[in-house]
Amino acid sequence: MAAVTETLDTVQSVTQSGYKWGFETAIEMDFAPKGLNEDIIRLISARKEEPEWMLDWRLKSYAAWLTMEEPRWARVDHPPIGYQDLHYYAAPKKKAGPKSLDEVDPELLKMYEKLGIPLKERAILAGVDPDTVENTQIAVDAVFDSVSVATTFQATLRKAGVIFCPISEAVREHPELVKQYLGTVVPTADNFFAALNSAVFTDGSFVYIPKGVRCPMELSTYFRINARNTGQFERTLIIAAEGAHVSYLEGCTAPQRDENQLHAAVVELVALDDATIKYSTVQNWYPGDANGKGGIYNFVTKRGACRGARSKISWTQVETGSAITWKYPSCVLLGEDSVGEFYSVAVTNNHQQADTGTKMIHVGKGSRSTIVSKGISAGHSNNTYRGLVRMLPGAANARNHTQCDSLLIGDQSGAHTVPYIESRNLTAKVEHEATTSKIADDQLFYCRQRGLSEEDAVGLIVNGFCKDVLKELPMEFAVEAQKLLAVSLEGSVG
Amino acid sequence: MLDIRGLTASIGDKPILKGIDLTVPAGEVHAIMGPNGSGKSTLGYVLSGREDYTVTGGSAMFNDADILAMAPEQRAAAGLFLAFQAPIELPGVNNANFLRTALNAIRRAHGEPELDAVQFLKLARAETKRLAMPDDMLKRNVNVGFSGGEKKRNEVLQMAILRPKLAILDETDSGLDIDALKIVADGVNALRGPDFSALVITHHQRLLDHLVPNRVHVLAHGRIVRTGGPELAKELEKSGYAGLIAEAA
Ligand SMILES: Nc1ncnc2c1ncn2[C@@H]1O[C@H](COP(=O)(O)OP(=O)(O)O)[C@@H](O)[C@H]1O
Ligand SMILES: [Mg+2]
Repeated sequence: MAAVTETLDTVQSVTQSGYKWGFETAIEMDFAPKGLNEDIIRLISARKEEPEWMLDWRLKSYAAWLTMEEPRWARVDHPPIGYQDLHYYAAPKKKAGPKSLDEVDPELLKMYEKLGIPLKERAILAGVDPDTVENTQIAVDAVFDSVSVATTFQATLRKAGVIFCPISEAVREHPELVKQYLGTVVPTADNFFAALNSAVFTDGSFVYIPKGVRCPMELSTYFRINARNTGQFERTLIIAAEGAHVSYLEGCTAPQRDENQLHAAVVELVALDDATIKYSTVQNWYPGDANGKGGIYNFVTKRGACRGARSKISWTQVETGSAITWKYPSCVLLGEDSVGEFYSVAVTNNHQQADTGTKMIHVGKGSRSTIVSKGISAGHSNNTYRGLVRMLPGAANARNHTQCDSLLIGDQSGAHTVPYIESRNLTAKVEHEATTSKIADDQLFYCRQRGLSEEDAVGLIVNGFCKDVLKELPMEFAVEAQKLLAVSLEGSVG
Repeated sequence: MLDIRGLTASIGDKPILKGIDLTVPAGEVHAIMGPNGSGKSTLGYVLSGREDYTVTGGSAMFNDADILAMAPEQRAAAGLFLAFQAPIELPGVNNANFLRTALNAIRRAHGEPELDAVQFLKLARAETKRLAMPDDMLKRNVNVGFSGGEKKRNEVLQMAILRPKLAILDETDSGLDIDALKIVADGVNALRGPDFSALVITHHQRLLDHLVPNRVHVLAHGRIVRTGGPELAKELEKSGYAGLIAEAA
């Protein structure tokens, strides 16, 4: 088959020119010394001007981490990570932290301009007063290495009663809320990476939507790893009180580097009665070059607790970046008739490895969950869906539907589906459907006969394959995601 | 105009086309008939650049360009359109989006401005209306869940929207009822003009009644064994291919 051989040749000659976000920004940095010990944790805590209880929490997490081992069950393969070889704190050299955009280093703002995504944030971060921008629906918290550099729209949000700020600020300004919820969804010793994150997390976002409030705009965090040999350990905590409603977007990039960089985030969501949290991610960390050199190791723990009756948590993710993705955004469905959703597109090309999926833990009566996973593997990459659906004894009449589709491009890539289903309630129903397909030569030929280039044809077919997930994304993100899919598969066919 | 000389082509080691000579002047519609397995579809695929086929000799010029040297999408941009005998399904790909992307790719190749979604829909709706097709044809995913007849009509719709200079229709009329058959004929007749040529592969005189061809060619065992006027098709309908092929052998 001519097309297949050509595909392989091309993939072998592909370079990572497709990664357009690989620049480094020359900004004076303030680093903690390399390595991890109690003193480093004390230093992070001091830099963040944290209260004593926060430092204690970190130190306990660190003690737990020391007793733990890296998980080995995922279908990913990497040389040992040198945890003592990383900087656990890196911040642009600055005063205590910018109070307004005017104080933000112009180099930083230029960088956001260069990144080009997400669209609206750029205008805002370029220095426009956010409260004067009409029709703008997105508030942004931008995290650069370890520090939040700008949170826009604070005033508008405050009027609505919404708290949206860097988590380090929340620790100082809203300690009662942070104490009440932090670590309650992902306990500090939940897993190796979560424990590490709990010990050394540097920044991230905090969101609190009070009772009955529908957040007046999309909230967005933009993560960027810039400095060399730094780990990024952000921590996000979102709480939607009774009847509250929020949509949250997360975007990520990193410079192109030969060595691997570690990213180990924790995201915790809490939804009370009748609350809805929609969490969307477009993950575009640097995936490494065509030969698998460099790239981000992305070990992330994301979990939402539907604590209230009829509460709903919906995860949507488009994962195109990272050398390794280890990520299972999950829902613990405690509330009666609570709803969990997971919509995922994971693309791997070249030597990328993704082991991603979800866990739906049904505790409450009548809880429902939907899983739609679309995995696309090209080049020599490996793409694994790993999903757990657990029906506990109390989950009467609970329902899950899982649809898990894999698309292979070329014949050196792998797709794996690993579903775990456990049901301890006879009235609960679990449905699992899985398909694997290839982009057929005759599909490509049909498109090309109509005038499309081969790459446009692949883009169209891949976007068609992912449609059920992409339609879950907010408009701006859906457009970005479509472009990103095309870019990350560039060169995957002849 | 299309000028094919001594064209030979194989699939793997198996020769299928064994020396095709065929000229379709601009403005003419030619029919190709012939028994199953004689190489009719192969001719369409080879002219449009499908990769499983190897051209082993001869030439095919279209408006003085060597189309065999072009990539399939370049041939499309040059105005070649193939209505597939078995149209391909593209799950999740919306027909309108597919056609707009295709049309814009062709327009780009000609240095023409691209059409936005609104402009495109206006154009596409005019064509569905003219061809008496339901509008939802545009909303559905390309050929997915289409009946055999709908797939064929969708090929005609695509042709009407892309407005090729050379259309090759590969048994587009097979399996269609009389009304649908008229749609195919109307689709071709609407494009007829001094800059348009068509090669219509068919088994049925019925289509040719609506679509009076300038010439009729009979393809057998990879060669054109007989060429005549519209009356040749009528003769074949009565007497079949057998005599013809024996005569040529
Ligand atoms: N993919 C293929 N591999 C091998 N032989 C093929 C393939 N496609 C077509 N053929 C053979 O090529 C010959 C011509 O086929 P085709 O062009 O489809 O004929 P027609 O359209 O006239 O019925 C037939 O003998 C057929 O079996
Ligand atoms: Mg045929």
